[in-house]
Amino acid sequence: MFGRGLKTLSLLSVALLVGAFALVFFYAPNDADQGFIQKIFYLHVPLAIVALFGFVAGGIYGIKYLRTGDRMHDLRSYVAIHLSLIMAVGTLITGSIWSKGSWGHWWLWDEPTLVSFLIVFLLYACYQPLRFSIEDPERQARYAAVFAVIAGAFVPLNFMAVRMAESLAHPRVLTTTGGAMPGSMRLTFLVALAGMAALFVTLWKYELASKHATFRLRALKRKLAADDETWVPNPRRSAAPTL
Amino acid sequence: MRAIELADVGRAYGERVALAGVTLALEQGETLAVFGANGAGKTTLLRILATLLRPHRGTARVLGHELPKQGWAVRGRIGLLGHEPLLYRDLTARENLRFHARLHGVEAQRIEELLDAVGMRARADDPVHTFSRGMVQRTAVCRALLHDPELLLLDEPLAGLDPGAVGLVAPLLKGRTRVLISHDVEAGLAEADLVLGLRQGRVALLGRDVSEADVRALYA
Amino acid sequence: MRHAVAALLRKDLRLELRSPEAVPAMVLFSLSTFVLFHFALDEAEVSGNLAAGILWVTLLFAAVLGVNRLFVAEREEGGFDGFLLAPVDRTALFVAKATLLFAFLAFVEVFMVAAFAFLLLGPSPWAPLPGLVLVLALANAGIAVVGTLVAAIAVQTRARDLLVPLIALPLSVPLVIAGARATAPLLADGGAGALEGRWLMTLGLYDLVFGLLAYAIFDFLLED
Repeated sequence: MFGRGLKTLSLLSVALLVGAFALVFFYAPNDADQGFIQKIFYLHVPLAIVALFGFVAGGIYGIKYLRTGDRMHDLRSYVAIHLSLIMAVGTLITGSIWSKGSWGHWWLWDEPTLVSFLIVFLLYACYQPLRFSIEDPERQARYAAVFAVIAGAFVPLNFMAVRMAESLAHPRVLTTTGGAMPGSMRLTFLVALAGMAALFVTLWKYELASKHATFRLRALKRKLAADDETWVPNPRRSAAPTL
Repeated sequence: MRAIELADVGRAYGERVALAGVTLALEQGETLAVFGANGAGKTTLLRILATLLRPHRGTARVLGHELPKQGWAVRGRIGLLGHEPLLYRDLTARENLRFHARLHGVEAQRIEELLDAVGMRARADDPVHTFSRGMVQRTAVCRALLHDPELLLLDEPLAGLDPGAVGLVAPLLKGRTRVLISHDVEAGLAEADLVLGLRQGRVALLGRDVSEADVRALYA
Repeated sequence: MRHAVAALLRKDLRLELRSPEAVPAMVLFSLSTFVLFHFALDEAEVSGNLAAGILWVTLLFAAVLGVNRLFVAEREEGGFDGFLLAPVDRTALFVAKATLLFAFLAFVEVFMVAAFAFLLLGPSPWAPLPGLVLVLALANAGIAVVGTLVAAIAVQTRARDLLVPLIALPLSVPLVIAGARATAPLLADGGAGALEGRWLMTLGLYDLVFGLLAYAIFDFLLED
């Protein structure tokens, strides 16, 4: 069900990422102010953008699950959020490295992206513990969906509020050459962004395919066992949704 | 219009099947007695009929409306007396009943009638946490009957009541369509028009003329 | 629906008056926190940013205490079932609980602001009071909405007491940003400054977005 197009997507992701890598190191010019360290921007910002879309997608699939009750939407929402959380951590780490390299501090309160992501990370870090602490699978899916929707709506509001908090006193610091991006940089950036997006979708589909297959296998095993008494359900509890 | 129509109703908790393949029809004014060992699915069935749980499989029609889509239409016409009395311990009996009366749109007069009928008038202004088990149960009976429901769902309604209280409460529970869970096989059978026996969520016994031996076999 | 909300509110207010738990705890907690801040910061008088910060952080943590208790009676005494059996719109429970939390917060804030002015605040509290009341009212609405949602989510889980602060605090960050930034000039040393409109708008936007969202989504938390 999810395996379709997976091979093409993987190849596309690899191609784009390798391409972006090459462009970053051989094509894009060094930043006038910040030097070589600025190149981490091509990793940091695509990670941030894709993570944000991932969180919002998690919320959208949450809405779809609440409206239809189709467990597949819940699974899509779960995987989107959990991949985005990993990317959010990546954003924080790359942002921190960039800030240390350029400005000498491991953390910058003046950079709204970084600060917003810290808050968003703190919020979404509760997603899996929340799922894990609800035993009834159907209730778990429903509550997780409600959380995903609330958190999804929160992300843009939060970004706006944090931006407002810092905007008067300090201009954006982690930008490139004072704002205007030359064409070569823009191209590299877009390729990097496309590569990151493709990577996200590929990983998303892989995880969906893998979990779906596991559930089909369990369902078949259950049918084979026929008698509920010989069927032993999975003893390991996990935060992942069941179908 | 039949009071209850169930067709292959099922409900699962994850991979565990709580109820499966329940099909039956109950006419208005009749009593359905449900028997089964602990964990057999009796409470699940009752909660589905009460619109508190959604059936995962099959169709359930209560008082002519399909659940869960039309649950809102039947809620005011069903009374549930389960294991929990659904009373706030820090409030008095009267305050609890007033709260439920307001939610159901019932007049205050009815509260007084019911309190009288179960013999709780004298203690109506004492907080529920000072009540004995039997008194809590009697107040819960008032709560369940407050809105004069067409369908009564009862889970061992006379448990915890002394013989005097039983004499007051039992007549109040008659005269409507009822689903009765009871561990007292003789008494349950005496009241029943239709008997359902559950084992591990599945129908093990269903009929109108059922012997005591058949029912006891469920618990073997 | 109005009748259901009224019935629920009366019941909850009566319960809180009969055996007060949440409100006294919130008041005492704020007082203790002010004392702690005094010692932790080694300041006898605060104003401006520092004052706003202390006030808002204390308010938020006191609110979390209240949020934790919001659905406890329902959970322990079968109140959810009792309400779910009634032929009323289920969103009435959300409106009633959010209103209850708002009322608790407003009540606690009277004591809290008075205590703050008494113990820690340098400048006089009278001049900034109207502005302060407006900001607090808007923020209370946001805390009430988000707090009720988080309480409803957490009450059915096993790690109830831990999840409430973990989820509610990040969600409240925009409220704290807008609230503190709006309050800081009011509590400035040289006399109360102006109340900036954009922070009030931020609070208003937050209240609106989450209010509508909560209204639409709350029912799903009560289904089974």
